[in-house]
Amino acid sequence: MSAGNSLTSRWSLRVLGLGYILLLLLLPLALIFYKTFEDGIAPPLDAITSPDGLHALKLTLIMVAIAVPLNTVFGVLCALLLVRHKWKGNVVIDAVINLPFAISPVVIGLSLFLLYGTTGWLEPGLAEAGIKVLFSVPGMVLASIFVSLPFVVRETVPVLQEIGTEQEQAASTLGANAWQTFWRVTLPAIRWGVAYGVVLTTARVLGEFGAVSVVSGSISGQTQTLPLFVEKQYQNFNLPGAFGASVLLALLALATLFAMNLLKRKEDA
Amino acid sequence: MAAHPASATAATAPRAGIRLPGVGAGLGRGIVVLYLSVLVLLPLAALTDQSLSEGFSHFWDQVTAPQAVRSLELTLIASLIVVAINGVFGTILAWLLVRDEFPGKSAVNAVIDLPFALPTIVASLILIQLWGPDSPFGIDIFATRTAVVVALLFVTLPFVVRAVQPLLIEMDREMEEAAASLGAGGFTIFRRIIFPNLLPGLAAGVALAFARALGEFGSLLLFAGGLPDTMVSSIYIRQQIESGNDTGAAAVSVVLLLASVLLLAAVSLIQRWGSGHERSQGAGLTTMPISGDQVLPHEHEEDDDERR
Repeated sequence: MSAGNSLTSRWSLRVLGLGYILLLLLLPLALIFYKTFEDGIAPPLDAITSPDGLHALKLTLIMVAIAVPLNTVFGVLCALLLVRHKWKGNVVIDAVINLPFAISPVVIGLSLFLLYGTTGWLEPGLAEAGIKVLFSVPGMVLASIFVSLPFVVRETVPVLQEIGTEQEQAASTLGANAWQTFWRVTLPAIRWGVAYGVVLTTARVLGEFGAVSVVSGSISGQTQTLPLFVEKQYQNFNLPGAFGASVLLALLALATLFAMNLLKRKEDA
Repeated sequence: MAAHPASATAATAPRAGIRLPGVGAGLGRGIVVLYLSVLVLLPLAALTDQSLSEGFSHFWDQVTAPQAVRSLELTLIASLIVVAINGVFGTILAWLLVRDEFPGKSAVNAVIDLPFALPTIVASLILIQLWGPDSPFGIDIFATRTAVVVALLFVTLPFVVRAVQPLLIEMDREMEEAAASLGAGGFTIFRRIIFPNLLPGLAAGVALAFARALGEFGSLLLFAGGLPDTMVSSIYIRQQIESGNDTGAAAVSVVLLLASVLLLAAVSLIQRWGSGHERSQGAGLTTMPISGDQVLPHEHEEDDDERR
């Protein structure tokens, strides 16, 4: 191929690809910050520090504090079983774990809504025990766990496969029990993969909208996470409020990207 | 085929590494199965049950209600358009990130995952500002079908890039060099050599992007306007829930759920086909090119100077 020809095609690919990124990703990102701080920092700050805004932030953090640890422990356990313990059922487990990736958030929300709703299978028992799942925090936690379930498993499995078993075998030959082997050998070897999964899980829980919105009822100051707060503020024509919360979420998204990049480098190092 | 991946790995791992302590695997398996059953399968079963609660003919009536069909059609067509566009641009971007060198490359690589990290409702809000009535460019597509496509392009961008990237990194360049030395032009090399090698990743990425597009909700909620003309199925479902038609919402949801399951099965098949001969490592487990799995490649050549 002639050099000139290849140079032209290289440049046209660059223009196409980078132009697409600019238009689709960078422009929106820049605009959030511009729109938010157009009239200074006070309006967005007021919105976030309003009682409802602060409550939404707190509730979002509660979602993270419950869903992320649960899915992390589950994810590591599940990855160990899938990779190190051959079992016929593994194929099924592996397939079920991927479901939350592909199912619409609204469908997830509706499923929980129907299971725990007034005509749901679990309603009699829950009502008797006085537990309210729908339109309250437990339902929102269940939705958050559902949507973010696959990440730790999916990130840990390849790392476990890659590190192999030699070091673990050496440890057990030297008399370590399985628990010691896990804490001293396996976990340190897979930690960046797990951490990467944790970052993805956290990002998903922080930003989840569809599934949580169906089960929460989005009651201001009660069952509103930050993404739900954004929608409500927009519907109430309080744009500074919507942008204030959006910028906070966008900053968290950027922190996520940064953490992902950092962890990937560590993992590769 | 899925039943005996173990035999493929038998030579390498007869007594594999760590075993769960004590009662071990049995207990762990019990926990995993219980966790998945209670948190994932039980709700989906309740959904399916509700959709069929008034008989199959009622289910079918709900799925074939005019607005339900309209929303499914729009969802399907918009998703197909979107994966076609992102299939092309995703491949171009993956190529730029692996084979090209330009300033700011690592920033571009990182920003690809933005749609994954940015909450969808924020995306919706910002798309309105950018391409709505107050557009700084004077382009107003708010509450049109174009808006549906644009929002879906945004949220599905990472999938193809992240699925194609690893294949490009691993690809042996000798074949391309051989083809070039035999006089093949750039396009011929791409069509005959690069493209066939990328096909498994491209197909998997497209299938995942398609699944995501079919179910997308948050980014469309504000930006697409929710008119009969711009109502995708997820928004239709939400509307049915709000008007108290649980069975109708569940029926359309089951259709989307079936599509999700089929697409995941397709991804799994594609991966088996893609890894074909060298499946020893995977032991039949799927890998999902979800996001950011690839940082910049370690290239075989010496030209990665200003990277770190």
